[in-house]
Order: sequence, then C-alpha cells, then structure tokens
Amino acid sequence: MPGERKKGARRASDAVAREGDTSQASERSKNDAERSVNKGEGGVGDGSEETLPTTNGHTEPPPKTIKVTAGEMNGATSHHPAQDPTPPMPWFGMDIGGTLTKLVYFEPTDLSEAEEESEVETIKNIRRYLKSNKAYGETGHRDAHLQMESVCVGNRIGTLHFIRFPTSEMCQFLELCKSKGMASLASTICATGGGAYKFEEGFQREMNLTLHKFDELDSLISGIEYIEDNNMDSECYYFLNPRSPNLCQKITYDFSNPYPFLVVNIGSGVSILAVDGPDDYRRVSGTSLGGGTFLGLCCLLTGCNTFEEAIELAANGNNENIDKLVRDIYGGDYERFGLSGDIVACSFGHMNSAEKRANVSREDLACATLITITNNIGSIARMVAANEKIEKVLFVGNFLRVNPISMKLLSHAMEFWSEGKLKAIFLEHEGYFGAVGCLLELMKTGEQTTSSSTTTSG
Amino acid sequence: METKNYAASIQLPDTDLVFRNIRNAKRFAIDIGGSLTKIAYYSTVSHRKVLYNADKDSTTSVDGDEYHYESSETERLHFVKFETKYIEHWLDFIRNHLIQSRESMVGKSIKATGGGAYKYAELIQQKLGLMVEKEDEIGSLIKGCNFLLRNIPDEQFSYDRHGDPEYRFINTEPSIFPYLLVNIGSGVSIMKVEADDKYERIGGTSMGGGTFWGLGSLLTKARGFDELLHLASEGDHRNVDLLVKDIYGGDYSALGLTGGIIASSFGKAMHHGHTKTDDTPGFSEADIARSLLFTVSNDIGQIASLYAMLHGLKRVYFGGYFLRNHPVSMHTISFAINYWSRGGVQALFLRHEGYLGAIGAFLRGAEECDTEKYSWGENYAGSSGLQSPLPHPAVGGWPGGTIDQLEMDRCDQQLTFFPLLANPGEYKPDAVDLTKDKEARDYWLSCFESSLGSFVNRAISSQPNSPDSQERANKFRDKYLQRLRNLKNHPFAYGNLTVRSLLDMREHCLNEFDFPDPYLLQKKMENEHALKLLKDHLSMIDGLEYGCRQEALVRGVLAGNVFDWGAKEVVQLMEKGLGFKEAADKLQARPWLHDDLDAWIERQQKVPYKCAVIFLDNSGCDVVLGIIPFARELLGRGTRVILCANSKPALNDVTAEELVVLMKQVALLCPVLGKHLEDGTLCIRESGHASPCLDLSRLPQTLVEELVDWKCDLVVVEGMGRAVHTNLLTSFTCDSLKLAVIKNRWLAQRLGGEMFSVMCKYEAGTRKEEQTSKFPKIS
Repeated sequence: MPGERKKGARRASDAVAREGDTSQASERSKNDAERSVNKGEGGVGDGSEETLPTTNGHTEPPPKTIKVTAGEMNGATSHHPAQDPTPPMPWFGMDIGGTLTKLVYFEPTDLSEAEEESEVETIKNIRRYLKSNKAYGETGHRDAHLQMESVCVGNRIGTLHFIRFPTSEMCQFLELCKSKGMASLASTICATGGGAYKFEEGFQREMNLTLHKFDELDSLISGIEYIEDNNMDSECYYFLNPRSPNLCQKITYDFSNPYPFLVVNIGSGVSILAVDGPDDYRRVSGTSLGGGTFLGLCCLLTGCNTFEEAIELAANGNNENIDKLVRDIYGGDYERFGLSGDIVACSFGHMNSAEKRANVSREDLACATLITITNNIGSIARMVAANEKIEKVLFVGNFLRVNPISMKLLSHAMEFWSEGKLKAIFLEHEGYFGAVGCLLELMKTGEQTTSSSTTTSG
Repeated sequence: METKNYAASIQLPDTDLVFRNIRNAKRFAIDIGGSLTKIAYYSTVSHRKVLYNADKDSTTSVDGDEYHYESSETERLHFVKFETKYIEHWLDFIRNHLIQSRESMVGKSIKATGGGAYKYAELIQQKLGLMVEKEDEIGSLIKGCNFLLRNIPDEQFSYDRHGDPEYRFINTEPSIFPYLLVNIGSGVSIMKVEADDKYERIGGTSMGGGTFWGLGSLLTKARGFDELLHLASEGDHRNVDLLVKDIYGGDYSALGLTGGIIASSFGKAMHHGHTKTDDTPGFSEADIARSLLFTVSNDIGQIASLYAMLHGLKRVYFGGYFLRNHPVSMHTISFAINYWSRGGVQALFLRHEGYLGAIGAFLRGAEECDTEKYSWGENYAGSSGLQSPLPHPAVGGWPGGTIDQLEMDRCDQQLTFFPLLANPGEYKPDAVDLTKDKEARDYWLSCFESSLGSFVNRAISSQPNSPDSQERANKFRDKYLQRLRNLKNHPFAYGNLTVRSLLDMREHCLNEFDFPDPYLLQKKMENEHALKLLKDHLSMIDGLEYGCRQEALVRGVLAGNVFDWGAKEVVQLMEKGLGFKEAADKLQARPWLHDDLDAWIERQQKVPYKCAVIFLDNSGCDVVLGIIPFARELLGRGTRVILCANSKPALNDVTAEELVVLMKQVALLCPVLGKHLEDGTLCIRESGHASPCLDLSRLPQTLVEELVDWKCDLVVVEGMGRAVHTNLLTSFTCDSLKLAVIKNRWLAQRLGGEMFSVMCKYEAGTRKEEQTSKFPKIS
C-alpha cells in the first residue's frame, strides 16, 4: 500500500537514505529558501500572505502525489458521491486559541454536476466569499500561500484553505457567519482549543450551532501527521547555519521517519508534547511564557498593536542595549564555565539603570523581548528533550509566523547547547494543525452528524 | 572569697552596636551585590571562664581554691548585611573602630566577591588600606552553602505560604551531597554540587532578578528592587495574565489544568490586532509587577526542576538576591518546582541565603576556620532571625533602621553524628516542634518569660563583687525578652522553635553579658553536700540483693534528677532545702508514666554490655548519688563506662571539667571507682555541648571514634532536657535507657501524667550486630 504510513518499517533503512534526501532537498529548496528566508531577519513580510508570491493561491499548481491509503483512494472513486457517512458540507475545522482562532475550510473540487446542482445557494456563497477574499473584516486573514490543493479529506478531493482571526473578534465572526446564512446549513461545527468550551454557548445562542468539541492536543497531533503526509516534500524544514546572515539556508527536512519526536506548540502559551508513535503522545511540559507574553510585553513596552508590528520592530532592534551579556559582567568570556562573552547573562539586565532606559528605542525593546521569550522556550524545550531522550524537536504554533528571528534562534540554541544532538524542525503550516486535526475528527463523526443534520435541515 | 578569683578586666563586646567587636577583627571578606553588601569578619571575643586547678594537690580542699576565673578568648565569625548605597559610611565606620591603625592594615588583604567587588575595590583599599583579592563568585557560594549546611542544623527549609507552619525546617543529613544550587542573581546559574571540590555549572537562564528589576523599571514607576517587590505584593496577576479559565471558561480537566493556572503570562496585556481604543487597561502597575514576579519565579522554578530531574537530584537549594526570603517568590518557586517535577523535587531555601557568598569568600584560606578541625554554631544572642532584623539607631552616615546579622561561635572540636542512631538521616533531636504546636509554643514562651526574673537574680548573685553585674544582668534580661517577644510573631526566626532553642538562647544571652556560669557556687555546694552522703549510699546499695539493687540504682538516678535548677517548681522546693530521700519520695508511684523498669532489670540479668555511654544532667545528688552508683554497677559487671558531660556550663548541669575534679574526690571515697578511673575503664568525656539539651548530630569526632572503637552497646540518656525535650523519640541501633523525672506540671499533664512523673524508657537496639563498622559523619 503505497500511501500507508510505514514510518516504523522505514526507520531501519532510513539513515543512509535520508542523508541523500537531505542534500537533494537542499538543492530543490534552494530557491524557496532564498525567497522566503535569506532576505534576513529584517524581512518581516517573509512568509506572510502579502509579500509571498501567491502562485499557489491563484494558479493551478502541478498535481501533487497525494499520500492517502489505497483504501481511501478506492473509496474516493468507488463510493463517490456520498453514500459514505460523511457529514454535510460545508466542512470546517476550528481551533479557538487564547489569542488567535484558526479556521480550516475544505473546498471540494470533485463535485459532480448533480451535486453542484443540488448544492444550496448558501454553500456556494460561503465558498465564493471565502475564496475570493484574503481578508475578512478588519482582522480576518486567509493565508493563501498555505493553501493545499488536491488533498483528500473524508474521501473527497479538494482544497484546504487556512484562515485566522483574533479570538477577541469572536462576536464579529459569529455575526458574519449569521449574515452568510451559516445557521441554516449545519448543526454542528467541530472546534478545538479552549475557546471551544468558552464560546460554546455563544455558538448555540447566536447560530443554533452545536460545537462538537475535540481535545486540542489530539487534534494538533493528528493535524501534524495529516499535513506532513500530504505535503511531504515541503512541509518540514530546518535551518542550516542559522546564525550566519549569508550562509543561513532553509532546508527541507525528511520527516518520514519521525518517532519519537517532541512538539513544541507555541501559541499564547506553550505546550510541549512527546510523540512516541501514531496516537501515542503525552503532554510532558509547557510554559506560560509564549507568544502571548511576547506580544503582551511588546504592547506594554512599545505601544505596538499587532504581532506583525511587534516582529517588525524586533527585526530592526538590538538587544545589546537592553540585555546584559556575559562580557558586560566578566569583561569577556566566563572561561571557567565555558560561557562565551556574547551570551545573554541577564535579560533586560541594563534596564534598572535610568540612564540606559532613557536611551533605548522601541525596536531594541521589542528585540530584547523576542529574544528573551524565544531563548526561554528554547531552554525549556531543550531540557525537556534531554529528559525525554528525544532528539527531534518540532516547533509549531503561530508565534513562529513571520518570525524568522525566533526560528533561527531556536535552531541555533537547540544545536549549540546540545552539542549538535538536537535538531529544531519547523513546519510550513505553523499554527493550523489543531484546526486541521479538528476537521479530520469531523470526518470520523460523519454518521452521527449526518443524522442530526438531516433532522435539523429537514 | 570571690574577689581574688575575679578576673580583673574583661573587654566586653560592644553589645548594642552593629559591627560588634569590630575592634578585634582579624580578617575580612566582602560580598558586594547590586543592592546589598555583606561583610564577614573574624574576631576573638574575651570571656570570663572558670578554670579548675585539677592538677593541684589539694583536691580534697573544699574551700574554693580549686578553681578561679580567667579571661579566655573564643573565636567568632560575624556577618553583617547592609544596603550597598551606604557602603562608604560603613567602611568609614569600620576604619574608625578598628584598633589597629590603618597603617597596620597595609599589606593585608580583604577577600571580595559579588558583582560590585570590582567597582568598589579602590574605595575599599582607600578606606581600609586593605588589598582587595577577588574570589570567584560561584566557588564562594558553594563553599558558603556547604559551611552553613554543616554547621547550622536548621539552616534549610521548605516554604508553603498556605501551610501551617509556613516554614518547615529540614534536618541536615549526615551527607549534604549531592544537591543543586540555583543562584538567582541578575541572571540564574545552576550548579550541581557533588563534593566540596566537585561541582559544575550545568546551566542557567538569563531570566533572573535583573530581568524582574529591569522589566519592572520599564513597566512601572517603582524605583529600586525593593520598591518593585513591595509593589508586586499589592498586585493581582490575574488582571494581566491569561489564565486557563480565560481560554477555556473553566478548567482544562483533560490535562489536569485547573482554571487558575496561567496559560500565558502577560497574555491580557496585548492589544488585539486593532488600533488602541481609549479604554484604560484593566490592570494596574501593581498587577504588572505581580505578574512579572510570577513570570520570573515560575520560569526559574521550572527550569531548575528540569535540571534536577535530568541529573536525578532531589534537593534544590535557592540562593541569590532575587529571593531574599521573600514569601511570594519562595512560594511561587516552590509551587513551580513541585508542579513540574510532580512532587519529585523539593525546593529548599536557606535561612542565611544572603550570606553564602560572603561566607565562602571569607573561608578561602582562612585556616582558623578549618572546617575539618572545627565545627561552628549559630549564636542566638548575636544573630537576627529570619524576617526579624534588629532595630538599630543611626550610626555615622547611616540613617538608622534595621540590621541583619549572623554570628557563629567556634566549637573546640569537629562535631559529628552519634554513631548509633537508628536513622541518622531522619534524626531530629526535639520531641516537640513549637512552630507547629501553638498551644505548646504559647505555654513555653510565657514560661520562659515569667521565669526570667529569677535568672536575672541568679546571674547577679553569682558575681557579688562585680560592680556592673546589675547593669549587665538588665541587658541580659532586655535582650532575651526581645528575642522571646519576636519569637511570638516569628516562631520560625531561628529554625524550628523548640524548648531546646529557647534554653540555648538563654545561655547564649547570659554568656553575651559575661555571666558564663551563674550556678557555679550552687553546683559546688551541692556536689560537696552529695559527696558527704556518697559513702553511706554506696554501702546501702551494696547491701541489696541483685534485683532490688537494680531497682534502687534506677530510683537513685531518678531521685537525683529531681534536683534541677531549670525547673521553676523544684527551685522553690530546693530553696527551702530538699533532701535526697525527700526527693525520692516525690517520685510518682509505679507504674510510672513510662515504665520499662522490669524489662531493664531483666536485661541486666543477661550478658553484660561491653561499653556504655551516659549523658549526664545535673550536679550534686544527681551525678553523685544517682549516676555514680549506677555506673559503678555497670563497671562491676565488666562494662566500660563513658561519662559524657557538657563542655561548657548550662544551668546547674555538671560540666566535664567539674566532673574531673569531682571524680578525684569520689575516687578517695570509693577506691574501686578510683581504680577504674586509673585503668581507663571509667572515663570522662566532653559532649561538645553547652546546653541543657542534647543534639546527637553534634558530638565530638574524637568521642564518636572512641564509641566505635570500644563497641559501645548501651546509651543512657538522663534528664528532662536530654531525654524528654530531646531524644524522647530517638531510636538507636544499640540498647538505650532514657531516665527522667518530669518537673514541669504543664508538660507532665500534657504527657498524661502528674508532676514528678517518671520516664523510664528501655529499648532494645534496632540492630544487634554490625553496628560498629560504619558510622555516619557529616561530610
């Protein structure tokens, strides 16, 4: 079965093959790397939907090899259209986090004529609305560059769209859904993240929608596995020479032999999971110092308003005006303990001096905040990995969006402090795995959902 | 008679000044931090001491020639903490009070550590004329930590803000290694310590005290670290931090995360992607400071627990200026450690955490403090307690306020654990912890306070020809009263509050004001009286058949133990005149409160012991008519007997020195005992103590070695202080006999008895064999 996950089986022969894969991958992705990373840390727009060439979004990409099981393939052809117990369209997966809500929308591209005719106008409207815009209201965004074509979900072929908006705008979102007629369509939406619990009542009241709640970590893990399977050639990557502005390269990482690995999910806070095998994971740690802390502190320190703004400030700042380095204390390296002079000895260590406070810029403050939070996450991740005896560390979550500074810092920290044992791995779909996992859960509950939706819509 | 024996002039320490005894300072070290500076110095203190002329021929003389007062020097370490901003004033103060001229300091050096060591080097040299020698900070910290752990029994504690008591002091185990030391200065360094000279920095984090201070200075108007801490204590972090319940609306029960747990520090401080509205934020500067304190403490706790788990270490000590025994920070760190290690790692704090660096720097090359040769003990009279700085008027350029200080006195020997403890790692001398037991605490604090008057009188009358005894006695009273009153509010100030610590504190205060032995005359008189009765008493004993004799011997010890000047009610009896027979009649009728007499007598029918150690209590009838006949019986059965008495005076307890003199007189009355003394089968040893109680984790190394060599297989502990207040619950690997008469009505009732209840506790050893080869040592 060509598409089946055979990670365990491939593990033995993988070591040699992967060396080759990696070098090929590095060749292949050189252009990608140059485009999206080598602009340096100042390239705030890198990877964001505004500046990235949006070929993926607008032109048909070359057909991809879709990694699905033979069974799924058969199903897609033979069972189609839907005698399958799949839930009624539209299909969404939603991850309502502490700061951002992530929405994944599956657009079927295999609609038969009969289906298209029978499709209610509301569904077409929603599809059109979502597809034709990249921004919704003031704060909603569709990450067109992340869009995935020709993927199989619930035995259907289609496109995955990735949308996000601040959780604080949930009310406006509900209004929008109402105005687009969502309430008349489905009775159940799958949601994960804390907000699935917090906003459950709102969904019920405003739109007569029942939220089908899924555990966020289950969703996260199944989302990662699904996306990685479907986007094998370009989902995972790492940084070579992360500290060098000239030599730094973003290189595709062959993640076909993944277990065990650590997932560090950096949202508002941080969760750290150890994944030992398919459906076999544990939450081993976490920290409250995450993206929310970075943005919260930046807002207080610089008066900035958005994550993008905070990152842009940070990219143009210098933390050495804020932080005390080892050399500020020891005049150079602290040789006795092998600490190089340019290591941060005390984050914000210069800031108890009024004189120094008077001479810092917003950029410096943002930069020091970003470095503090990132290094701290790196330290904890590294220690957890050591305690768990795991060498591959996946960093995901929206903190890493448009944030090459942090990714490179994490890459360096993992490698340097572990003497090369640990590897920091990143994923293109940073923050959307929970939402994707949630969408997949929706498929599993098809039967139940169908029956209930029949009664509601009938 | 006293006049000729009275030492002429003793230079008393400047008892009510900071930098006490600085004129005699011999050596200095300094630890200069960003906000606090600690100075360590070593001095010798003059004390009046009673010396016995044991070699004099006239040992039979009973009219006072066999002892005299002499001035003697004891060694003391002083540690004083003050704010770095006053460093210049204090350096001036020290210079002005040094006996030696500045010139005499030239060529000498001062050890310096801490971030400010470099910055202030020139100032120190200029003010004191001392060369500044920089000491490595981390090395100093570890040396200081080891020293404190070894020498101050209640140094370490765990903290729980919601606990009762909040402070739980942990006993020092025979081995203090390995441990993790987390030093939270500006940044954080984490050291794994495996032995005195084996340690490494295994990690750290840049988020430390400086981060709290720096970010706090940016985000609030608070100026200075202390102001920021104060601000934090008034804030509510929940207005700034995003909690689990803010995201979930409640608990995230699948992961066991309760709603109150912080999901994202500062998560509520962000604007949500659109331009700022006019809304004032829902939080104050105090809330920000609180959140910042939590953020930093939590993070340090988590990282420390990760290191501890990775290296398999259970004990994590925290030091550095960030904590400064601040309850909120200690609480957060403890919580984080416990949470992230799932209870597997314990956060421990040190009472004198602020002094680690200064102590360590001082100890570098300080031969007179050679930790291999000597042990040190905390002097309660000269030390301020935890969260109990001493008020002090202005001095020089210092505006006045409170002073934190620690004083440690050198013991003449290296002290170590009694080798026959069943669980040396869990040994706690004290039967009752008054920090936990409020009822007992209230009783004892008021008991010590109400009996203070008679001690003042006793102190004055012990030095009838001293012109200033009244004045000194009053100072003694004021100091002890101040300590007792502080302990009402801060029972944890000096570690676990116990009857022992209250007794020792009284002795320390008496000594401080040059009352080294208020019971000198009383003891002498009682010994003489008892000696007169000894011969007849021994013949009476010898006339009894075996079983009766064993009972009579135990009863003799108990009757003797009634004569206790530490017990208020007995003092009234003794002042009227109390005879040995009368005392015996006071004893509770059998069965006693704890009555193992039959078991003991039965044991006496079996194989004799090889070697017995007896920890003695009072002078007079107690030792002469109680212990000596008891020991004589053991000796008669071929058992070697070690009489172990206090090294220095405490109440009317017999001291080792007095015992030597006394035994010479006994030998004349009983040649059999004289022979045993000569042969060394009966010997007298110092216990290393100057206390009415007994801490079996602090006995002289030499004694411990002898006990092992001689295969000691019986330990006898006598008296309320040694066998009830302490060691009542202690079990031994060898057989033990604890004998005491309860001479405190309240305590007797609490134990379920009446005044003069008898404690006769005989216990077989937990291990009969292999008890000699290995013995623990504080290493």
